Amino acid sequence: MAIAAFGIIKLRNLFAVVMLSGIFSLLAASLYVHLTAVDVAFTEASVGAGISTLLMLATLAITGEYEKKHTTSDLFPLLIVVVTGAALIYGTLDMPLYGAADAPANLHLIPRFIEQSGTEIGIPNIVTSVLASYRGYDTLGETVVIFTAAIGVLVLLGRGRNRWRPGISADAPSKDEENEV
Amino acid sequence: MNNHSILRVVSKFMIPFILLFALYVQFHGDFGPGGGFQAGVIFAAAFILYGLIYGIENARKVLPATATRLLLAAGVLLYVGTGLFGIFMGGNFLDYNVLAATAVGGQHLGILLVEFGVGTTVAATMVTIFFVFAGQDF
Repeated sequence: MAIAAFGIIKLRNLFAVVMLSGIFSLLAASLYVHLTAVDVAFTEASVGAGISTLLMLATLAITGEYEKKHTTSDLFPLLIVVVTGAALIYGTLDMPLYGAADAPANLHLIPRFIEQSGTEIGIPNIVTSVLASYRGYDTLGETVVIFTAAIGVLVLLGRGRNRWRPGISADAPSKDEENEV
Repeated sequence: MNNHSILRVVSKFMIPFILLFALYVQFHGDFGPGGGFQAGVIFAAAFILYGLIYGIENARKVLPATATRLLLAAGVLLYVGTGLFGIFMGGNFLDYNVLAATAVGGQHLGILLVEFGVGTTVAATMVTIFFVFAGQDF
């Protein structure tokens, strides 16, 4: 994963960068499987490695394949990244060990979900019952976020072509049509 | 990619299975890993594959722009509708216990409907974003 990350920073060929980020997501997905978070791994594999790679490629098809050479100094951004990274690592020092039985996350809600969801919800996949029932409001919010993303793309790119068949790449609209839209 | 006969044949062969797998992930999400988000993405991937191989124009004939826009809103409406129906049945917003005769049955029904709404919106979103991006001619 580290090699993929450094490759993404160093390479100028954006096609290779997109492929590397797909590989990065796939490796992250296998890491999640190793941590027995199969639902998260499934999402990472399908969304991170699958669809977002595809969308990046679609974007590359309408922009260019090579990144512009930038001339400004790298030192100040590097400083910010190092300081932020050090702060984050310092923050993890206080966290309980992975899988520790006395971690706050394992003491408060998780036992409640594991013990009660079988009788309250009655479906075997606790992740689904938390996602759709206990945290139904959150999932509604996520769905609305995705809906908003689609609306945003439509507003930015989906019009101005042909107002009766939006999204289809029809012939370039005439001057009058463009003014109408 | 119209001339690659291997790609055309293989993708035509694969698409039904991709769609079937998406439906499996959607409705088996209660019992195994998966759910609306993943199923929606896989379902959209089938249409995107079709669009890549056979061209966006032909893919839009299968799934017109109006259909994806309707589905986009229908998913969110199904989710919110399930929540509001709980209010009409005398519970709270997104309270599934009151949807059916028993609380557990109501939870089953509510989760099924809500996940289906999520899947619909996600699939329509992914298809819309890809087709709109790929439909640009620059």
